[in-house]
Amino acid sequence: MLTSFMSYLGSQFSPGVAGNQLWALIYILIIFAGVSVAVIAMNWLERKALAHFQVRLGPMRVGPHGLLQPIADALKLLLKEDIIPAEADQVVFWVAPLIGLLAAFTVYTVVPFGPSQAVSDMNIGILFMLGVSSLGVLGIVTAGWASNSHYPLIGALRSSAQMVSYEVAMGLAVVSAILMTSLNESGTGTLSMIGIVQAQQQQGIWFIFKFFPLGLIAFVIFAIAMVAETNRAPFDLAEAESELTAGFHTEYSGLRWSLFMLAEYAAMIAVSSIAVTLWLGGWMHPFPNLLSAPAWEFIFSLFPALTFGGLAAIAFLGAARMPGHSFFKIQRAGLAVFAALLGVLALLLLVVAIAGRHADTSIAARFREGIDYVYWFVLKVAVFMYLFIWYRATWPRYRFDQLMKVGWKVMLPISLGVLIVTAIVGVLVK
Amino acid sequence: MAEITTLHYLVVAAALFVLGVIGVLTRRNVVIVLMSIELILNAVNLNLVAFSRMWGNLHGQVFSVFIVVDAAAEAAVGLGILIAFFRNKETINVDEIDLLKW
Amino acid sequence: MTPEMTPVATPFFFYLLSGLAIIGGVLVITRRNAVHSALALIVTLLAVSGLYLMLYAPFVAGVQIIVYAGGIMVLFLFVIMLVNIERTVKERQFNRIWPAGVLAAAALLGLFVSVYVKGKTLLSDPVTGKPLWPDPTISLPDSSNTQQIGVMLYGNYMFAFEIASLLLLVAILGAVIMAKKRI
Repeated sequence: MLTSFMSYLGSQFSPGVAGNQLWALIYILIIFAGVSVAVIAMNWLERKALAHFQVRLGPMRVGPHGLLQPIADALKLLLKEDIIPAEADQVVFWVAPLIGLLAAFTVYTVVPFGPSQAVSDMNIGILFMLGVSSLGVLGIVTAGWASNSHYPLIGALRSSAQMVSYEVAMGLAVVSAILMTSLNESGTGTLSMIGIVQAQQQQGIWFIFKFFPLGLIAFVIFAIAMVAETNRAPFDLAEAESELTAGFHTEYSGLRWSLFMLAEYAAMIAVSSIAVTLWLGGWMHPFPNLLSAPAWEFIFSLFPALTFGGLAAIAFLGAARMPGHSFFKIQRAGLAVFAALLGVLALLLLVVAIAGRHADTSIAARFREGIDYVYWFVLKVAVFMYLFIWYRATWPRYRFDQLMKVGWKVMLPISLGVLIVTAIVGVLVK
Repeated sequence: MAEITTLHYLVVAAALFVLGVIGVLTRRNVVIVLMSIELILNAVNLNLVAFSRMWGNLHGQVFSVFIVVDAAAEAAVGLGILIAFFRNKETINVDEIDLLKW
Repeated sequence: MTPEMTPVATPFFFYLLSGLAIIGGVLVITRRNAVHSALALIVTLLAVSGLYLMLYAPFVAGVQIIVYAGGIMVLFLFVIMLVNIERTVKERQFNRIWPAGVLAAAALLGLFVSVYVKGKTLLSDPVTGKPLWPDPTISLPDSSNTQQIGVMLYGNYMFAFEIASLLLLVAILGAVIMAKKRI
C-alpha cells in the first residue's frame, strides 16, 4: 500500500490517465470534500463581505466572528421539514435539485489543479466541461416547472432563455482561447484542460495577455457570461427576490433548498476554474518565464506558508482585539485555537517548502510541487469568488430585455469579432 | 458476456429508430412528435459512428456532426412553427392541424 | 506518455448504456406529460453520448452533450412551458390510426431484423468474401480525434460545412419569423 502510494507520487500520471481506478476514486473524494468545504467557507465569506460592504457586522454570534454560522445553518436546513407542495409534480420536484448538483460536481473530473493533479485528463476536456455545466440549467428549469406555481415557472423560463443566450458568447470566447493553443510548431491545438495550460507554459504567456488586447477581450466576455451562466447578481433574474420572491426555488425548503445552494456555489467555482485554466495560466505562478530561476521558485513556494501565516496572524489579532469582558472568554479562546491551527498549518507548509526546495525527484520535492500547483490554482479561483461577491454588492440587477439585448447584440458580435481577428492574427504571426 | 461487435450497436440504433417511428406515427402531441424525430436522428448518428469505428476512418463521425447541426435547425424551426400555431389555434395536437388556411 | 487507453468493462457499460437509452426511448413515446418525455429523452441522449465515447468518438460525444442536452432540450422545455400543458395531459394521447402506425413500425423492425440476421450469416461481400460487418480491427486514434475531425471538416467536407452554416442561418431566420407576433 505504502510503496504503491510512493511510486504513484513519483509517477507523472494523473489517475485517469494511469487508469488506476482506486486513485481516481480517492481524488474524487478529496475534490468532493474540498469543494464542499469551499462552499461552506464561501457561504461565511459572502455574508461577512456583503455585510462589510454595507458597513454592517454580519454574523457575529455563532462562534467567534460568526465562523460557525455556516455549520449552524447547515444543521438547521438538515432538520427542517422537507415540504413537497401537494400540486407539485412529485418525481420531477424530487429529481430537479439532484440534476443541478450532479452537473455542478461532474465538471470537477477534468479541472486541472496541476499537471498530474486531476481526476482525469480527457482530450475533449473543455468541451466536456462546457457541456456538463450547461446541463445545470436543466435542474433549474425542471425545478421551476415541477413546483407548479407562478413565480418559479417565470424564474425557470427566464433562466433557460438567459443561459442558452449567454452560452453562445461564452462558447465563442472559449474557442478563441483554444485557437491560441494551436500557435506552436506542429500547429495542432488541444481541447484538454491540462494541454491548454501546458500550451500557455510553452508559449510563455498567459492567454489573457496574448495578442493584447484580444485575449483580454475574450476573457472579459467569458467573465461576464460566466456570471450570467451561474445566475448570480447582476444577472440573477431567475431568483430576483424583489420580483419573483425567490424565483425557481420558491417552493423548495430544507435539504432540497440547500442542495440548490450547494449546486450554485459549486458551479461558480467550476466556471471560475475554467476561466483560470483558459486565460490565467492554471497552476502556474505569476510570470512563469521571467521568474523561473531556482531562487524565484523557492520564493514562490513560500507563498502557501505565508498565506496561512497571514491568516493566522489576522485571527490572533482578532482574538487580541476582543472586548475584555468575561462574556467573550469562550469566543476569544475559540478564535485563538483557530489561529493556532492555522499557524500549525503554515508551519507544516513552511517545512515542506524548505525540505523540498531542490527540484529533484524526492518525495518532499514532489509534495512541495503539488502543493504549489494546487495553491496557485486555488488562489486564482478564490479571486474570482471574491469578485462574484463584489459584483453582487455593487451592481443593480438588469432588466430582462436589457439582459437579452446585452447578450445577443453586444456580447455575441464582440466575441465573434474577437474570434475572427484572433484567427487572422494567428495566421499572420505564423 | 461476449465481445461487443458493430452489430450490437446497430441493434440498439434500430431499436431507437423504431421507437422514434412509433412516436411520430402514433402520438398526438406535437412536442412529443418532434422529440421522436430527435430519437430517429440519434439512432442514425449511432449507426454512423458505429460504422466509422468499423471501417477505422472518421467520415461517419463528421457526418454525425452534420446531423447534429441539422437536428438543431430542425428543432428551432419546428418549435417556432409550433409556437406560431399554438398562438392561432390554441392546440398542439397534430390531428387537429388539418387546415391549409384559416 | 499515455498508457493504453482501454475503455473499462466494455460489455457491462455497453449493456448499461444501451439499456438506459432504450428505456428512455420507450418513456419518451409513452409518457402523458411532455416534460417527463423530455427528461426521458435527456437520459437517452446522455446514454447515447456514452456509447459514442465507447466507439472512440469523444468529439461527437461532447457535441452531443453540448448541442442536444444543453441546447435543444432546454429549447424543448422552454416551449413546453410556453404552451399550456394542463389540457393536453387529460386528452387522448394517441391518434385514431395508431394501430396502423404500430404495424408500420413493426414492419420496419422486421426489415431491420431480417437485414441484420442475413448480414450476420448469409450475405458477405461478393467480391472479397469478407463479412458485411467486419469486426473492427483498426482502433481509431483517441487522442487526436478532434484534430482529425477538424481537418476533415475544413478539407473534404468544406462545402458541406458552409452549407450547414447557411442552414443554421436560415433556421434562425425561420424561427424568428415564425415565432414573432409582429415583425
